[in-house]
This record gives sequence, C-alpha cells and structure tokens, in this order.
Amino acid sequence: MGSSLLQFTGKSIYCAMANVHIDPWIPVDRAIITHAHSDHAKWGSKNYLSHKDSEPILRMRLGENISLQTVEYGEKFSINGVNFSLHPAGHIIGSAQVRVEQNDEVWVASGDYKLENDNFSVPFEPVKCNVFITESTFGLPIYKWQPQQIIFNEMDAWHAKNKSEGKASVLMGYSLGKMQRILKNITLGDEVIYAHGAIYSLNEKLRSAGFDLPPLTLVTKEIAKKLFRGALVLAPPSVDSSPWIKKFAPYSLGYCSGWMAVRGAKNRRAVDQGFILSDHADWNDLNTAVKSTGAEKVFVTHGFTSVFSRWLNENNIAAAEVQTMYGAEEEENEPPSVNPNVSTNLPTEE
Amino acid sequence: MKLFAELFLNLDRTNKTNDKVELLKNYFSIASGKDKIWALALFTGRRPSFKINSTQIQQWAAAEANIPNWLFRESYNSVGDLGETISLVLPQKINSTQEKSLSEWFDYLSQLPSMTDEQKREHILNAWKQLSQHEIFVFNKLIMGSFRVGVSQTLVVRALAEATNIESNNIAHRLMGKWLPTTTSFEKLIYNEDKNDSASRPYPFYLAYPIEGVISDLGDADDWYVEWKWDGIRSQIIYRNNELFIWTRGEDLATEKFPELHILKSLLPAGTVLDGEIVSYRNYKPLPFNILQTRIGRKNLTKKILQEAPVAFIVYDLLEENGIDIRNLSQQERRKKLEQLLVKFSVPNTFILSPLIEFKKWEDLGELHKQSRQNAAEGFMLKKKTSVYQVGRKKGDWWKWKVNPLSVDAVLVYAQKGHGRRAELFTDYTFGVWDEEKKLVPFAKAYSGLTDKEIAQVDNFIKKNTLEKFGPVRTVTPQLVFEIGFEGINASPRHKSGIAVRFPRILRWRKDKPIEEADTLQNLKKILESFI
Repeated sequence: MGSSLLQFTGKSIYCAMANVHIDPWIPVDRAIITHAHSDHAKWGSKNYLSHKDSEPILRMRLGENISLQTVEYGEKFSINGVNFSLHPAGHIIGSAQVRVEQNDEVWVASGDYKLENDNFSVPFEPVKCNVFITESTFGLPIYKWQPQQIIFNEMDAWHAKNKSEGKASVLMGYSLGKMQRILKNITLGDEVIYAHGAIYSLNEKLRSAGFDLPPLTLVTKEIAKKLFRGALVLAPPSVDSSPWIKKFAPYSLGYCSGWMAVRGAKNRRAVDQGFILSDHADWNDLNTAVKSTGAEKVFVTHGFTSVFSRWLNENNIAAAEVQTMYGAEEEENEPPSVNPNVSTNLPTEE
Repeated sequence: MKLFAELFLNLDRTNKTNDKVELLKNYFSIASGKDKIWALALFTGRRPSFKINSTQIQQWAAAEANIPNWLFRESYNSVGDLGETISLVLPQKINSTQEKSLSEWFDYLSQLPSMTDEQKREHILNAWKQLSQHEIFVFNKLIMGSFRVGVSQTLVVRALAEATNIESNNIAHRLMGKWLPTTTSFEKLIYNEDKNDSASRPYPFYLAYPIEGVISDLGDADDWYVEWKWDGIRSQIIYRNNELFIWTRGEDLATEKFPELHILKSLLPAGTVLDGEIVSYRNYKPLPFNILQTRIGRKNLTKKILQEAPVAFIVYDLLEENGIDIRNLSQQERRKKLEQLLVKFSVPNTFILSPLIEFKKWEDLGELHKQSRQNAAEGFMLKKKTSVYQVGRKKGDWWKWKVNPLSVDAVLVYAQKGHGRRAELFTDYTFGVWDEEKKLVPFAKAYSGLTDKEIAQVDNFIKKNTLEKFGPVRTVTPQLVFEIGFEGINASPRHKSGIAVRFPRILRWRKDKPIEEADTLQNLKKILESFI
C-alpha cells in the first residue's frame, strides 16, 4: 500500500496512518462520514465522526445510540498524528469535504458536492490541496445547469398552472437534500404543503434540531381527497409506480433531478415535467472545483470516472479513476438506471 | 420555430394518445399554412434529405463546444441521440435571438445541397447560434437522422380530421402518395382534390389485429373467408393513366424494385388497384421470407439476384375497379370481382390469386394451421364476408391468426446502451447459446419485450457484472437466461453461430433457469432443419 496518505481499499477511502475510514461501506472502528446520504453513511461502524449538522439525520438513520463525534467546519482535530478538518461541500445539509494533512501533504476527499449556494447547506468552499478526490456524477459536457432561480421560477409557474386547472402538483425528488432545497427556494404562500412519510419525518427531524424549514402536513388516509386539489405534494422518486400516488388524481407529476437534462431519462420516467435541478456539480463546476484546489493529482470516483479523468489528463491535471460503491445515491428505490456509475476499472492503490 | 419546437417537445413528453391529438389539432389550427404543410411532411416521413454528413456535423459541434471529438462521442453514447447531444454540448442560451418560422428554416436549409463543406459548416453554425437549446435539438431533427416523435399516421389523420372537419378516411387517403411540401400546399393537399396528383395515390391499408381468444367465438364459420397469411411485403399495385405504381405498406413507392411485376402494365384494365403480398416465388410455390430478404435494400438488382430470388404478387383484394373506389363493397363482392379479373389475367409464378382455404367447421382449421410454415405462410388471415375495406388497423372484420413464434432459452452475453427513450440504459442485448465445446456463441440481438422494471433490473445487473468494455459494448458475466422468440431462421455463414434468426425478441425472463439449462447451438440447428 506504500505510504500514501489515503488509499482506495475497495472498502473505503482509508487513512492507514490514522486508521480512519472515510465513508466506509463495511463496519469499521473509526469512520468519518462526509454526508448522511445512504451510499456514504453506512450502518455498523463503532465510532463515527461528522459535521454537526449531519447529526440528526445520522442518528435517525444509523441509530440514536451510535457513537458519534461532531465537529464544526474548519475545526482541526488529529488522530495518530494526522491532521483532519471538515470543510463545506454544499451538497446537502452537513455535507463536508475531508481535509487530511501530514508532513505538509494535503489530501481532500470531497464526497459529493455542488458549487451553487442552495440557501440551506453551507456553500462549497475550495480547499487547497495536493491531491483531490472528486465525484463525477455529471462528468459529461452535456450536463450544464441553469442558475437555480430559473428552475424555481419554472416550478412556481408549473404549480400555479396546476392550481388553476384544479390539479395537485406532485413533486418528486430526493428526500434528503433536494426537498429542503426546494422548500427554501420556491415561493410559498400560506398554503398547506403535503408530504410523503419519508420527507415528512426528515423535515420534522431537521425542524426539531433547530433548522429553519416550513412545517409539512403528512399525507394520511384520513385526509379528504378534495384537499389535494391544487395542492403541492412532496414525494420521494419511488412513488411514481406505487398506488400511493393515485389518491392525488387529477395531478401533474414533476421530478427534480439533474438527469432530467436528457430527454431519454425524462421520457422513461414518464413524468409530466422534469426540473433540471441537481445537488451535484455540473460539468463546468466540476472543472472549476478541481482547478480551484490547485491539486497536482486528482482521483475521480463515482460517475463518469473514465471520461472525466481522461479529460483532466488531457488538460494537464494528472488524474486516475477509482472504483467505489458511492453513487447508488441515497434513497429508497431510486432505480439504478439513472445511475451512470459504471466504472469497471480496478481500484487504484498508490 | 418556437411554435413547432414546442409542439415537438410536448408530443415527446406525453404517451397519451388523446393529449397528442389535442396538441396536433391545436397546432393545425394556429400554424400558418406554409408551416402546416412542412409539419405534415415531417410527420408522414417526407422530410427532404440535406445530405449532411453526420461525422462532419459532430466535429463542427465539438469544435464549437470546445471539446475533443472523443468527449463528444462519449456524450453521444450517453444521450443516444445525435441532434440532442449537439444541443446539449453547445454553449447554452435560454432564448432564441431571432425567430424564423418552420417553413423559413426549410427555405434556409434548401440552400445546403449546393454549398461547399465550409459553407455548410458556416450555414449550420449560424443557425445554431440563433436558437435556444430546445430549438437546436428540433432544428437538428430537421436536417438529419430519423424524425420520430411517437406520432403515427393514424394520429395525424385524427388530429387533421378534427381540426378541419373533414372525414378521417378522406384525410388518410389525401395524405398518401407522392406529394412533397415544395410542390403542393396545405390547402391544395387537404381541401382540393387534384386529379393529376392523385394518379399514384394508394388507399390506406386495412390492417388486422391478432385474433383474441378462440376462433370459434367468431361465430358461424360460414360467414368467414380464410386465407394463408403470406410472409412477404404487403403491397398495393395501382394501374391508372397508363402508369403502374407499386406501394409497400411502409408507404414506399417501390415500383422499380420489382421489375417482374411490370408485366401487369400490359394486362390490367385501366383504373385498377390491387391489395396483396409480394413474396419470393418459384415453381408454383412461395418461398420463405429470407429468400426475399436477399433482394430488399439492394440498389442494383443484378441478373443473379433476380434469378435467385424471383418475386410474385399474390393478390387478395380489389380496391378500385374501372377507376371506381369499391372499398365499400363487401369482401364477398370484391372477392368475386377479383376472381373474375384473375381468370382473365393471372400469370403463372408472377400474378396469382390468393386461394381461399376450404373448411366447414372451425375445428377443421387446427391441423392445417400447424402446416403454415411448410406453406411459407405465417398463419391464417380471417376475413368476414360482409366486411368493407376499412382504413388502418381495426378490430372485428379482419383477424390475423399467426403460428407461434419459434423460441429458445438463451444467455445474456453482451449489452449496449439503447437509443432515444432508453438512452441511458443498457437495453440492447446479445444472447448466446451453448456450442459443443460448452462455450456461449452469440446468435441473436434483441431489444424489446421487457417491462421498464425488468429493464432497470437487467441494467443494474449489467453495470455490476461487466467483464470487459469494447467501445459501447460490454461483455457481461453469463448469468441471466431469457426466452428468445423469433419468426424465422436460416443458415448464415456470416454469423459465428452459422445461423441468423428473423425478428428476435425477448419473450420472457427465465429467472427460474440456471444458465446450464439454456439451449444449445445444436438445438437451434435442429430448428433450422425443420424450418427448411
């Protein structure tokens, strides 16, 4: 394994000197968790460390009694002589890049990230480093996001139109991340917002932890169907093929995801309206992020790994692709089909 | 262009027929006549060719987007649609800078054929610069690739009929034939019948649905005609104004492709339209479809091909007699007139009446049906004696009763991403069977037949079980078994397996079968022998 600060063991991103695993997908002694999405925060480790804003969700998902230490962004701590600190990744609430330093060598494992300020999570902060580990979920030049305000305007217009037609607006997106972002950015009147249980319970958890989010109303059998007329209903992406959704008829079905940029993905989901909104960096922002770290070596994890690493190499940034288990992204039953994590190259060991 | 781009995107977005009709109807009510005729041309497969080289256009787009060609190709592999990929990689604009109507864009494009490559590049880049992302995508659909947006001819007809208050059968008829948007107008095509234009115009084909349930439910056997369902190319032969036209069901004018049938020009009475099947035929016997296949798509019909794959027209219906449309006569009356015609004019091995199957009771047909393949037929056609000749696919009066497809259980060995709707999914599969050395030999590619849920599962399996990548193709761990159905089989030295199957498709996922129990090449060869 040599003396490299971080290694790709096939089980985690591992710091041997500190005996610490970043986002391990098997139970370990000590795990640093970049963020609370289920493909990064796995159950069963003895000790966890994360940013403090991840705590409520991690306890909810991994168990109230897990051993969890939390830190602030920028707070330094060391383990076995290796220096660590977490820095904002802007992906979802509490998401962090992990900075690892020893003997003036700095590595940053960025987990998932985006550059645009979503008005809920702390915005991404570039961290200077020698080696940068980046995701590449949307690492193709076909993925270029518009400023989010345009998308939220579309969302508002869609909801207003549905309202005027007496239809419910059923809006699907990831429960953790996307939904809070939507709630912080769409125009909310004093209307009741309905939510699926998965979204409702997360929202309650975050509200009780002190986060500023509007209250939601849980969709239950007891609610009279006519109340859904013209209402906004928030749902995870798994509901479109379930009987749960039938009670909202007539409704228009919207889906928020970066994958909606491509017609094929949109049509296959058979949604009425795709909103191109992602909590991952688009092509341009991936490039911006990599450059802003000043890294001389980049490891590309989950996504279009081979494409993005080849692109970086051709642009004079030494890059290699790494196979990880990340990118099965979060969430109940999101079909694997929308996940391009198809890298088959062997894990890189330095 | 805004209006048409919006129509295209809305059509693309919905799978509901009623919504599509509503969108089209709305478009035909508000668009200008000039735009309407172009839209009609596009929806009925009459887009002019601009001879754009797709490699060139990819290079132009990649250069404009400042990305290397390989990265463009990777993007294309992921999107699955060239026009869309171009629209996504080009610098983004939210609104078009200048509005040109659909017909104005076609005027603009009409200059392309006379241009040098460099001029073409400038011409197209200039267009892209004026358009928004969605519009670039639709614009690209105007200049290359296939123009598909899930709108069938039937749907266009319905929408036009509703928008113009003209009977849909008349609309369907007026849309057929040789018209071009550059030589006619919407008004002329839809509202004024022009006698000269319509000489070549075929009638819309009457198509049958597969029979549902048991045939005895059709009632009295005496009320029905039964014929072989010939395995060839459904065609209409028209003889009007001293000219012969051969139209295939795909609405291709194919007169030149079948010189053997030109003899009909000297035989048929003026004003005759026949419906039948072009099949390969020799020594008073129809031959399997794969013989005919050898000459389909050939540009030059050499002597050798004409000798090896001669064709005949097996005729089963008369639609026009002495210039009069007789589609509203009953099947029985049309059949009688057809038989009278053939008594005078049949040509052995070339122009043949499709015989009626003699039977008393429905039960008599069972045994004979099993012999369909030996008769180079796909099964039976059942036609009600009192039925008129309808327009399009209709239930009730005509039914097709096909023999069961051939099938084998095969193992998924290669996968590739789909196109269009399935662009980001692995949906194009290659299947193998076991050879004598216990190796899997690929023998068929199939796309359809799985539910969206199954596709997602198989897609997931492929992503986790890729052994090797060759460009877009992946070798997959052999583990999944599928039942593959096909319509025909023949020997093919070009294929590794030595056989080629016709219309392969996935019948079902055999989750119950381990790969060891999949079929063998030897089994396939047995089927081949019995099939010939």
